[in-house]
Amino acid sequence: MRLLKLLILVTAGFTLITFAVTMSAAARIVVDVNRGHADPLPIAVTDLVGSESDIISGGSVKDYGQRIALVVKANLTRSGLFRSIDSDAFIRSGIIEENLRNPNFDNWKAIGAHALMNGSISLQEDGRLKVEFRLWDVLGTNQMTGLRYFTSPKNWRRIAHLISDAIYKRMTGESGYFDTRVVYISESGIATKRVKRLAIMDQDGHNHIFLTDGKNLVLTPRFSPTAQEITYLSYHNDDPRVYLYNIDSGKQEILGDFPGMTFAPRFSPDGNKVIMSQAYKGNSDIYVMELRTRKIKQLTRHTAIDTSPSYSPDSRYVTFNSDRGGSQQIYVMDSNGKNIKRISFGKGRYSTPVWSPRGDLIAFTRQYQGKFYIGVMRPDGSGERLLSESFLDEGPTWSPNGRVIMFFRQQPYDNKGRGGETQLWTVDLTGYNERQVITPLDASDPAWSPLIR
Amino acid sequence: MLEKMNSVKYWALIGSALLLSACANTNTGTVPDTPTEPVAVETEEPVVASPPETVDVETVMEDPATQSSLDMASGNSVAYFGYDRYDLSSDARAALQAQAAWLQTHAAVKITVEGHCDERGTREYNLALGDRRANSVKNYLVALGVDPSRIHTVSYGKERPAVTGSGEASWSKNRRSYTRVN
Repeated sequence: MRLLKLLILVTAGFTLITFAVTMSAAARIVVDVNRGHADPLPIAVTDLVGSESDIISGGSVKDYGQRIALVVKANLTRSGLFRSIDSDAFIRSGIIEENLRNPNFDNWKAIGAHALMNGSISLQEDGRLKVEFRLWDVLGTNQMTGLRYFTSPKNWRRIAHLISDAIYKRMTGESGYFDTRVVYISESGIATKRVKRLAIMDQDGHNHIFLTDGKNLVLTPRFSPTAQEITYLSYHNDDPRVYLYNIDSGKQEILGDFPGMTFAPRFSPDGNKVIMSQAYKGNSDIYVMELRTRKIKQLTRHTAIDTSPSYSPDSRYVTFNSDRGGSQQIYVMDSNGKNIKRISFGKGRYSTPVWSPRGDLIAFTRQYQGKFYIGVMRPDGSGERLLSESFLDEGPTWSPNGRVIMFFRQQPYDNKGRGGETQLWTVDLTGYNERQVITPLDASDPAWSPLIR
Repeated sequence: MLEKMNSVKYWALIGSALLLSACANTNTGTVPDTPTEPVAVETEEPVVASPPETVDVETVMEDPATQSSLDMASGNSVAYFGYDRYDLSSDARAALQAQAAWLQTHAAVKITVEGHCDERGTREYNLALGDRRANSVKNYLVALGVDPSRIHTVSYGKERPAVTGSGEASWSKNRRSYTRVN
C-alpha cells in the first residue's frame, strides 16, 4: 500500500519536456495497427548511454540504461507491430555517445533497421534520473521524436513505458497503452476451495501488489476511468455485494443498501456512476448508482437475467447481456433504459459485452459447441470477428487505446483432477498476436486501467 | 362373660410374674422346660467399599437439528439442475420434499440455500443463474409449508464447485442447490 502511494506521489511530481520534435518531413514510416502482424516494423532499440561509475540503489546508472531499453524492447515486441533487432547485430560504432544526435544511418540501414531509438541516462544532483531518448527514421535520416524525463530511480519502469508509448504513438498515430496497470483476481488452491484475492500490477506484470488477503471471495474488479478506484464484488459476511476500493488509501466501502445480491459493476465513462446488476428474488435487473448522491435508478425490468452492463464511451448507450430472448444474447439500450435492441444473432451464447474506449466495437465472450471465444462486433451487431478460441476464454477488457484485448483462459481438468490453470492473455484486434501475461499465481477477471496521468 | 375370662387371664399373668421375680431375686438358674428354637445363621458375603461407578449423561433427543441430520434425511441436502436450467426435475422435487419434511420437524432451524453452477458459463451470468436456482428451491420449500423467513438464499455462481473436473459427469454434480443449516 505504502509502495503504491509512493508511486502515485512520484507520478504527481513527474516532469516531462518535449524537445526538438522534427515533424517537418512527413513521416515516411507508418505502422498500420490493423495489419501490423503481417510485417512488424524492424526497430533498433539501443541501451541508454550512462555512467558505469555512478552507483544508485540497484546498480549503476549504465545498468538502469540497459534495463530501460530491455523494457522498451519487450513492450514494442509484445504489441506485435514491431520487431526489435537483436543487439548482437548492432554495428558497435553506432551507439557511442557522440553519435547520439547524429546517428550513422548507413550502419543502421545495413542491419535492416527502419527505425532507431537511442538516448542517454544520468544521475542529477537532486538524486533523480534524467533520461532522454530520440526516435529516428533510418531510411528518411531524420528525427521523428525526442523526449526527456526526470524521475526518482525507483520509478524507472514508468520511464520505459512512457518511452514505449511515445514511440508507439509516433509510429502508429495512435496513443499507446504501456504506461497502464491491470487489476485482476489472483487465484490459488483447489477448485472446490479456491482462494481469490484482488491484485494490481503494471500491464507487463511487474510491480505486482496484492490488495486483499483472500479471506473473502472477491470477483470482477473494474478500474475507475478517472480516479484511483476499483469497483468489485466481495462475499464479505457471505453476502455478495458491490464494493468500492480506494487504491491510495486502501479503504473499502459497500455500494448501496440493496436487499439482493449486487454484482457485475462497471464505472460510467465520467467515473461518476456505477452500473451493475441486482439479483432479487431470483431475478436480475440492471441498476445505476450516482456515486456522489448514492441515488439509485432501475434501468431494466424484465423476468429474464439482465447483467454485465457496459457504457458506450459517450455515455449515451449501455450494452448488456440478457436471456430474454430464450438464450444469452447481447443487447444495446439507451442509457435511460429505453429502446432495447438485440445485436447478437450468431449461433451459441453471447455474454460479457464490453464497449471499446474508441466506441467502434463491442468485445464479448461467445460459447458455441463446447468452446469459448473472445470476439468483437460493431455496436449495431455487424462485422463480428472471433479473436481467440479455447476450452474456456472469458472476460475481455480493452487497452485504453482500443487496440488490444486482455482476457482470461482456463485449462480443462483431466480425469485425475489435474489442470484447471487459469491465466491472463492478450490478443490484438488482428487476432494473430496472442500472448500470455505472466502473473505470480493463477489469474482471472482482468481489467485494464486508463493511461496513467 | 368377656370380663370373667379377662380376669382369669389377669391373675394367671400376675402369678407367673411373681414366679419370675422370685427366680431373679434368688438367682437360682432354672432351665426352661421347652428347648429353645434353633437360630438359623446365614453367612454373608464380605462387603467391599468400591468407588461409585461413573454415569454417562446424554441429552435425550432422537434427531438433532444438525447439518448431518438434514444430509441423512434428504440425500446430502442437494438438488440437481439441468444445463442452464433452474426448474425442478422430479428428482429435485423428491429431494426437496425430504428437506421440507425435515424442516417441519425442526421448526426452529434456519437455513441458507446456496445456488451453484458448472464452469460452462461466464462468471456474471452464472451468478444470476445461481440466484435463480437458490430461489426456485426456496419457493418450492415455501410451497411445501416452510416459513419463508427461515430461508436465506445466496448464489455462488461457478465459484464453489462440489467436484473438480471438466466433463458432464462433474458438471452435473456442480449444477446444484445446497441447503445449509445455519
